[in-house]
Amino acid sequence: MKSSKDNKKDLLLDIKNISIEGFSDEIWHPIIKGVNLQLYRGEVLGLIGESGAGKSTLGLAAMGFVRTGCRFTSGSIIFNGKDLTKLSEKKKQQLWGTKLSYVAQSAAAAFNPAHRLINQTIESSLSHKLDTKETLQKDAVQLYKEMQLPNPDQIGERYPHQVSGGQLQRTMTAMAMSSKPDLIIFDEPTTALDVTTQVNVLATIRSIVKEHQTAAIYITHDLAVVAQMADRIQVLRYGDTVEVAKTSQMLKSPKEEYTKSLWAVRSIKKKEQKSKEIILRIENVSASYGSGPKVLQDININVPTGRTVAIVGESGSGKSTTARAITGLLPPTQGKVIFQERILPKKLSDRSKEDLRSIQMIYQSPDTSMNPRHTVREIIGRPLSFYHGINKEKNTNKVLELLHMIELDESFVDRLPEELSGGQKQRICIARALAAEPDLIICDEVTSALDQIVQEGILKLLLRLQHELKISYIFITHDIATVKAIADEVVVMHQGLVVEQGSKKDIFNPPHPEYTKLLLSSVPEMDPNWLNKVLEK
Amino acid sequence: MSKLHPIISTLLKRIGLGIISLFFVTLIIFSSVNLLPGDFVESVLGQTRTEESVKIFRKELGLDKPYHVRYVNWLTSAIQGDLGSTFSGRNATYANQPQQNTARSVSSLLKPRLFNTFFLAAMTAIIAIPLSLILGITAALFRNSIYDRTVNASALTTISMPEFFVAYILIIYLASINQFFPSLSNVTSSTPFFERIYLSVLPALTLTLVTVAHMMRMTRASIINLLSSPYIEMARLKGISKTQVIIKHALPNAWAPIANIIAFNLAYLIVGVVVVEVVFVYPGIGQLMVDSVIKRDIPVVQGCALVFAVTYILLNLIADVISIITNPRLLYPK
Repeated sequence: MKSSKDNKKDLLLDIKNISIEGFSDEIWHPIIKGVNLQLYRGEVLGLIGESGAGKSTLGLAAMGFVRTGCRFTSGSIIFNGKDLTKLSEKKKQQLWGTKLSYVAQSAAAAFNPAHRLINQTIESSLSHKLDTKETLQKDAVQLYKEMQLPNPDQIGERYPHQVSGGQLQRTMTAMAMSSKPDLIIFDEPTTALDVTTQVNVLATIRSIVKEHQTAAIYITHDLAVVAQMADRIQVLRYGDTVEVAKTSQMLKSPKEEYTKSLWAVRSIKKKEQKSKEIILRIENVSASYGSGPKVLQDININVPTGRTVAIVGESGSGKSTTARAITGLLPPTQGKVIFQERILPKKLSDRSKEDLRSIQMIYQSPDTSMNPRHTVREIIGRPLSFYHGINKEKNTNKVLELLHMIELDESFVDRLPEELSGGQKQRICIARALAAEPDLIICDEVTSALDQIVQEGILKLLLRLQHELKISYIFITHDIATVKAIADEVVVMHQGLVVEQGSKKDIFNPPHPEYTKLLLSSVPEMDPNWLNKVLEK
Repeated sequence: MSKLHPIISTLLKRIGLGIISLFFVTLIIFSSVNLLPGDFVESVLGQTRTEESVKIFRKELGLDKPYHVRYVNWLTSAIQGDLGSTFSGRNATYANQPQQNTARSVSSLLKPRLFNTFFLAAMTAIIAIPLSLILGITAALFRNSIYDRTVNASALTTISMPEFFVAYILIIYLASINQFFPSLSNVTSSTPFFERIYLSVLPALTLTLVTVAHMMRMTRASIINLLSSPYIEMARLKGISKTQVIIKHALPNAWAPIANIIAFNLAYLIVGVVVVEVVFVYPGIGQLMVDSVIKRDIPVVQGCALVFAVTYILLNLIADVISIITNPRLLYPK
């Protein structure tokens, strides 16, 4: 796959100067602004960029498809010698699911919940009458085998909700391969998966694409992933191409400033510091939702004063539940939460205003954690008047001061959340937490929904605030790079248990417990040979 | 319970809940009927009543007993299928001679009326349900087109007009100006089947017009609601035609809300059509109930109300079952 074919005859897809507009707020906005893209037979092109860069729109356009509310305005998309922008819907339907296939981001949402997997796998081939049902089913089972799905003979009889996310994603790749297409568009196929699951899916996708000599466009925002998958990389920003180059060349010597900045995000590395004082002690805490099984099993965590403890783990490991147990949103069934040498009441309603003030939370999605009808002034002013009883006049001064702290100017005071970018919203959420003047802030995946560059800004801000205000953080994340950037101490969680706790240096250096080893080895690295190395092990 | 298939245990739970709600409904029926102003005995005996005759009449009707005893008696015999006998068949002059009693049993009074109502409801449903599904699906398919707007606008128009108005318009055009159908639908138990259909055309058509809008709009909305799902986009990118996408990918996931709105409308066809019955002089159960309320014939009113309650609960139960069996998450657990 890593052999690139520059032979002109093998050009499969040639997108020339394509422009796409989207309709919103009663006017047409440009989404893609005259992008060129070439793809040769059997080649994998990585398409990267931040959210809103137009990656998915361009990926879909490569199939001649635009979403409702979007339109092609100029340019051409030549696939196998035919201009897809000029083809009728009927003609395009004949290509879709036969020569052109699509693998969507969230397999759980992209499979129809009402039909069995095997029927969905062969549906396009069957409806285009490529072969008989029996042969197609046999082929599908063969593909399931190649994708290393468990019980390939029977798994097709299941419904989407009956298999795991990683298996679904592999089934979807099998579905895309069913018609033996010339080109597959992979639209962030592993973004919704845990890192340990991602490795296997990446490996199977890569081998099946290579095996069948299928050309692919691989869309992702994760550089390390694209480094494993692509022969060439095209960087997009604001609907325009920033730079195109072979993978090795792009990684070694990116030309454009923007590309360099994408690469640079992973470079923040905080020097770990120790502290003797402990601000929060979680002792033998267990918790469960309703009468369900224990989500937390007898966990112990210490948080040193003025330091950052990162809690890492995959989805379902109990990270967020730990935060809920600390704040009292989910009263622990047993164990103690000791804050500043005092046992905190288990239930939120039993805690004093002072207890509430001293522990604040920042959430993953700033969109849903702010009231969309409140202005920034009201959002930040609320904790000021609630905890400190500050009146309106002084309130404004204090709000401005807080805005200044989070590096926003006074023009933001009267804006509504919808008038802010993702990073600005998260900054406002930080200011809201700061307004209470807390001693401990729990950050629950605060950077996960943000682009890499914005992430960097938020992390730097949090570090600066810690330095100036001596706040302690509990930083919940699934992203190892973030942990490296911000943590002093690390707690590894798995299935409601604390696997390991220690200083950053101890955790990231061997020897590791089994699970930590698996977790760390699964995190993609920028080295294009990383996946090969992992698989060899 | 844990050994049972989850569907069966869910079903049993629903049926249990249905029985419990039915019990509460009987309480409400009984107490509200007894709260009705006026007294059957005094109104029947009129000016000529004596204290003696009132007492005897009351005793004979069982009205001398306290409320809770009467409730328990009514409930226990209702469970056994006996809804009691009517008040109004009796005559004050026979009050002293119970052996001359001309009272009919409530069940014998209800049965033919109920049959008529079910007949009309079934006839309407056979026209209205397929019609609204087809209109809803096609409107979703061609959404925002002229076709969609026309269907929506006309459906809204018919639902915005009072039922009796729709009925009179139909009478004017289909019975009076063009004499296709009779304007009176006074069927009897001896009316032959096809004659019965012919007589019921206009009321069925009226009811179709007033129920189609609801069901059609719900079908359209449930399908359109699903069209933004990623799996619909996926299906289109698999080269499936738009019609197939709607029928094979959207509709199977839209049954639950559609079944609910259909059940709701069917229930309406049975319990809420008294106005249409009056206009066409159709001898249905709605008319019977209204007449009985006027006559203060308590056992009949209670009987009708009970039949309505059972219908509602049964239809909703069926809608629940449909939403369960069309949901693979419930049908095939992990």
